[in-house]
Amino acid sequence: MSTSSSHTHDSHVAHHFRDANHQFESAKQGIWLFMVTEILMFGGLFVGYAIFHALYPKMFAEGASHLNWKLGFVNTLVLIFSSYTMAMSIHHLQKNEKSQAVTKLWLTVGCGVIFMCIKAFEYTGKFQHGFLPGRLLDVVHTGAESANLGMYYGFYYCMTGLHGLHVLIGMGLIVWLALRAQKGEFGEDYFTPVEGVGIFWHIVDLIWIFLFPLLYLVG
Amino acid sequence: MSASTHTASHTSGEVNYINEFKGLKSWFTSLDHKRIGLLYMISVLFFFLVGGLFALLIRLELFKPGAQYLTPDQYNQVMTYHGAIMVFMVIVPGIPAILGNFFLPLQIGAKDVAFPRLNLTSWYVFMLGAIIAICTLFLGKIDTGWTFYTPYSIKTGTAATMMVVAAFVMGMSSILTGLNFIVTVHKLRAPGMTMFRIPLFIWAIYSTAVLQILATPVLGITLLLLAMERTFGVGIFDPNLGGDPVLFQHFFWFYSHPAVYIMILPAMGVVSELIAAFSRKTIFGYTAIAFSSIGIAAVSFFVWGHHMFVSGQSEVAGIVFSFLTMLVGVPTAIKMFNWLSTLYRGNISFESPMLFALGFLFLFAIGGVTGIMLATIATDVHFHDTYFVVAHFHYVMVGGTLMALMGGLYYWFPKMFGKMYNETLARLTFVLIFIGFNVTFFPQFILGAMGMPRRYFDYIPAYQSLNSISTIGSWLIGCGFLLSLYVIVTALRSGEKASDNPWGAKTLEWQTSSPPPHTNFHVEPVVTAGPYEYK
Repeated sequence: MSTSSSHTHDSHVAHHFRDANHQFESAKQGIWLFMVTEILMFGGLFVGYAIFHALYPKMFAEGASHLNWKLGFVNTLVLIFSSYTMAMSIHHLQKNEKSQAVTKLWLTVGCGVIFMCIKAFEYTGKFQHGFLPGRLLDVVHTGAESANLGMYYGFYYCMTGLHGLHVLIGMGLIVWLALRAQKGEFGEDYFTPVEGVGIFWHIVDLIWIFLFPLLYLVG
Repeated sequence: MSASTHTASHTSGEVNYINEFKGLKSWFTSLDHKRIGLLYMISVLFFFLVGGLFALLIRLELFKPGAQYLTPDQYNQVMTYHGAIMVFMVIVPGIPAILGNFFLPLQIGAKDVAFPRLNLTSWYVFMLGAIIAICTLFLGKIDTGWTFYTPYSIKTGTAATMMVVAAFVMGMSSILTGLNFIVTVHKLRAPGMTMFRIPLFIWAIYSTAVLQILATPVLGITLLLLAMERTFGVGIFDPNLGGDPVLFQHFFWFYSHPAVYIMILPAMGVVSELIAAFSRKTIFGYTAIAFSSIGIAAVSFFVWGHHMFVSGQSEVAGIVFSFLTMLVGVPTAIKMFNWLSTLYRGNISFESPMLFALGFLFLFAIGGVTGIMLATIATDVHFHDTYFVVAHFHYVMVGGTLMALMGGLYYWFPKMFGKMYNETLARLTFVLIFIGFNVTFFPQFILGAMGMPRRYFDYIPAYQSLNSISTIGSWLIGCGFLLSLYVIVTALRSGEKASDNPWGAKTLEWQTSSPPPHTNFHVEPVVTAGPYEYK
């Protein structure tokens, strides 16, 4: 067994790294740098939000009052739980507990599916009632009181849309991890992709934790 | 002096990164940083040719007042493509993606960059963005200028959305390259290669990579919001919907001012290498030059407001941004004086790379000092949006970055291809480009001071003579670059074989064979001294 595991670990070390640990540390640094860029990209949206919220606090409160905070709250819990299952999958891999790790990965994907379903449900509801972004907002149908209520929904759709896109990408990556884990490609010697995608998934979760109060609970 | 061969000399006709694998497919699927550097070189030089043709068209139209060859709409498009291609497809990727890719691992004694697959992906992403950008030429064109200012960019009925997507995609490529370089510098240095033994080119590329990582995502979200604005009218930048077009300028320059240093810092790195190598002298103030790169990168994030002195920004903000902008002059001057001190009592020789480095010092000094004039609010109100600004940033971007790129290409050409070029013709290219550049752009300072606005299709007859001189200069530059293309192509076809270290330089890339083998070094190097230990 030990020879075969050392064989898999060697085959994953590229020629320009000293050893598996050197490669793992480098990959991890790369992932964290990538996360910095993700946070800065969302940062632009948060800055825009802060500026216009300061200018039009009432309009943001009105916009938020039309969102269903209970659905948003459920989604927050779902994502926090998915971060737990993601972390547990790495924990199991480090102990070479393959089947538990695979289960935890599929559970994480399941949480992503629930999150996206709730989000789709919210979006369709908003579309039907005319809560569309910017100039597309149906002023008569929605009974909008603030001028430019459409801008709030501009922020709402841009922020949750970009976040939702990240959830979808994360789900795709975790499905890929689950299939590879099923084949026994990961273990205590090599789990770099799981660690990397895990960090990505936690950051996506973290961004939602900021989006939820800013969009649903403001005002 | 000391044409030293440190390591054992290598037999000729050996296996190297060029001849080890054959066929087109081996190039398009190669994970070798050297081959990827060459892929970038071919694509960026091609885009440079396209952007240059647009530049010649602009100057041709402005040869005389009134309409010559273009309609006003066509002129706006030509001007936009010149700017967008040169910024996003030539100068931003230029030195880091070509010379950085090729020499970063070699100079720190690594076998490759940290993530070779990601490196190749960056090139494909870059090409995807570039192809989208080129496609806009056939699908509606774009006339906003390379800065995409709102509200016009929301209204214009051109292919602006597509161009914005192209810039976003190329930005992603830039981020991935920067990420790769940072990890490479941190994790893959050879034994003994401490952070204060890495060549100054690496410090410059490293500082650039930090900027690429921190600034480009903000451009990404800004461009996405602009695309959303055009598609769905989300309202954030649209004053009709309660939004603020000046916010777009803030967001845009929060990236694009640091991006100016993404363009110039690598050039400064190249110049540090050239000046040390051709003065055959330990560089003066290694630590000061290294930290001034980091200093420029840090300050660059707090100066974006100087693009908005007349955009309705508050006076207090204007004064603060003016002060912070002048602060950039300090680390920049530190570099200048250290380079000059290195030259002092050096054993200087004037090979073509050195000529370009000295040209850089001269032109960049003019570009930098006129930058201080523009940072002063009182004078900027007069100079803003005139040809003075055009001349200023061309002295920095062309006089600085392109001179360094040319110098760097000539300097490293023997290492990259194992061949020598015709030195006399190479010096002639410098003369043509240097003279042509000054003839083109110096008159534009005067035109700007006289009040000629930038980006206009037409001008009053009083500006004619200087504009005609400027246009003639542009032909000289064109001839210079065509000649350098000839020099490079003939050297590739029939150049003499280059030795491993034709300049007698001390950095690591010269200690391996020319061209280097696939894994860069025949024996893993162990570093025991700094990069510029000339006796």
